[in-house]
Amino acid sequence: MSRILRRHEFVADDWVSLGDTPPGDTESVIVPFATFRENREAWLARRGRLGVRLAPADRVEDLAPDLPRLSLVAVEFTGPGEGRGYTTARLLRQRYHFTGEIRAVGHVKQDQLYLMHRCGIDAFELAPTEKPEEALATLTRFKVAYTPGAPLPGLVRERFRTQREA
Amino acid sequence: MYRYDEIDQAVVDQRVAEFRDQTRRYLAGELSEDEFRPLRLRNGLYIQRHAPMLRIAIPYGLLSTRQLRKLAEIARKYDRGYGHFTTRQNMQLNWPELRNVPDILEELASVQMHAIQTSGNCVRNVTADHLAGIAPDELDDPRPYCEILRQWSTLNPEFTYLPRKFKIAVTGSPQDRAASEVHDIGLQMQRGSEGEIGFKVFVGGGLGRTPIIGQVVREFLPVPDLLAYCEAILRVYNRFGRRDNIHKARIKILVKSLGIEEFRRQVEAEWEGSKDFATRLEPAEVERVRQFFRPPAYETLENIDAAHNRELEFQTWYRYNTRQHKVPGYRAVFVCLKAHGSVPGDMTSDQMDAVADLADRVSFGLVRTTHNQNLMLADVRQIDLYDTWQELKRLGLASPNIGTLTDMIACPGLDFCGLANAGTIAVAKQIQQQFDDLDYLYDLGDIEIKMSGCMNACGHHHVGHIGILGVDKHGEEWYQITLGGSVNGFTALGDVIGPSVRQHEVAPTLQRIVDVYRARREDGERFIDTYRRIGLKPFKDSVYVQDSAAA
Repeated sequence: MSRILRRHEFVADDWVSLGDTPPGDTESVIVPFATFRENREAWLARRGRLGVRLAPADRVEDLAPDLPRLSLVAVEFTGPGEGRGYTTARLLRQRYHFTGEIRAVGHVKQDQLYLMHRCGIDAFELAPTEKPEEALATLTRFKVAYTPGAPLPGLVRERFRTQREA
Repeated sequence: MYRYDEIDQAVVDQRVAEFRDQTRRYLAGELSEDEFRPLRLRNGLYIQRHAPMLRIAIPYGLLSTRQLRKLAEIARKYDRGYGHFTTRQNMQLNWPELRNVPDILEELASVQMHAIQTSGNCVRNVTADHLAGIAPDELDDPRPYCEILRQWSTLNPEFTYLPRKFKIAVTGSPQDRAASEVHDIGLQMQRGSEGEIGFKVFVGGGLGRTPIIGQVVREFLPVPDLLAYCEAILRVYNRFGRRDNIHKARIKILVKSLGIEEFRRQVEAEWEGSKDFATRLEPAEVERVRQFFRPPAYETLENIDAAHNRELEFQTWYRYNTRQHKVPGYRAVFVCLKAHGSVPGDMTSDQMDAVADLADRVSFGLVRTTHNQNLMLADVRQIDLYDTWQELKRLGLASPNIGTLTDMIACPGLDFCGLANAGTIAVAKQIQQQFDDLDYLYDLGDIEIKMSGCMNACGHHHVGHIGILGVDKHGEEWYQITLGGSVNGFTALGDVIGPSVRQHEVAPTLQRIVDVYRARREDGERFIDTYRRIGLKPFKDSVYVQDSAAA
């Protein structure tokens, strides 16, 4: 079982990604969005927890009606320059008020964790080459930020505020 | 000028430490070239033909003399004793070593400077009119908004991995000396119905291989909504801009494919749907930043005729290299980086130091960089102009050709840049030689030449009155010439005159072009106006009539 950096701790992953064999009815499973849409009712009727994986081009609006019944959304990053996931995460948290886990999957490297976290991603499935301690350290590297974002320990000041805070 | 508070300083220091660690991991083999590339690019570092190229940010072109001296020192210590000033008001070093770059960044941070986001697919240095704050025709000073946008865009979590680079320019003057309509977002300051300041918002302008003039996405944007609205534009772009083809990834392509109406609808819907979590620009923050741009302590003076009873050489320099100032008794002075025999935009460390000393004496310790690749002393007392001229002349920075044909814009070209197809420096020198008679240049008047060594258009050739684009033809350097481009209040893209010409034919071709202008112009008519009146054909007929070199 792989390990996940979740809320500043490395924990054993208690989720499985949908593979060739169907998951057990009580298993916590992450399903690609396209697969989920093909059989939405069946997936939602399972007893186990359900997560959906959004590819970069998937529209978060299309998943919005089902968010209250999901425990996890996995946001996929397909390469070092792929940036759509940052907006996806931000909209999940800020516009749709999703409170479950948002997990970065795919090309997830230490150099992007800070920005991902600030957009509301709170769990990271790190690429296999990543060094866990270095990755963790990046989340406490920044003491200040200009724009508002998800809180981080050690981040003590932001310059700007959102409309809601103002 | 703006001074860092503890937040600004910490952001820059944090980034230096982060980049030092990234460089260390790359040199240790822990990061692949593909992984390191987007990281180094977000800090202005390219790998070029001979060495890395480091682009240092000069936000909206404003430098203190302390900062200019630091640039001189860095160029001397880590490079070959000179720097290159760019059309986006930044400075590039052509020969730094990768292992030294973290130290360079640390030195920059010690004078409140950085190289953050001067390249890469993110929001770049925000540029402004070089006459900001002193132009008589200005509605309001754009620089506080540039600084606010700089901060908002720096390490912005959501918008640091965009489909492609993203450039914003702000102008407070209808003359649009910032070329805002050829930027991804162009902000033109306006007054609203209550007399309040706001912005007319242009989107989707840009040069490069698909030159497009920006379109109006919103007629009037109130100041408190500035950041929220930019976020809406960037969010639509980040989500739906193309990422499959680097040549179609700029926002201009998205705007073009959706059409401005649909693009506007999406932006407005995004804006409406993010009202409660968008970044708000509070009046107190605007006021905090505005305080830093208050006018310097001008003396109460009257305008004088500074050129009266002076030698002709000074009178000429005064006419061409100084500009009107809104405060009586003052002029703005160009520090000319276009002398005969020079590389446009290049400046030595010794010149930088000397100009810093001069600015301390005569211009409140501030220096500006301009879109046209010159420097400017913005606030010189008219009674100091003669001494200022003598010092600039001694430094080789008083060539009286500002606004003439030889005050040309040129990118570094094939001699330095890994992207270029053709040289620009040799062509610039050729043009300087062909047009070395100042009286002849003055007779030609206001002609803007802009030259790029490849279709990425760093030299803005599309908007030159005469544009020159270097192209590669079977390993040879050829040049395509366009006529009729312009910015400055009337944005237009140039028309290709015909087949490209060989390198040695560029200056003779220009000669034939200006001969047509001289023959056909009406009283007091500028080159660009003659072109607009008579069109391309007379120029084309003349250029190719006896030419066998064209292909």
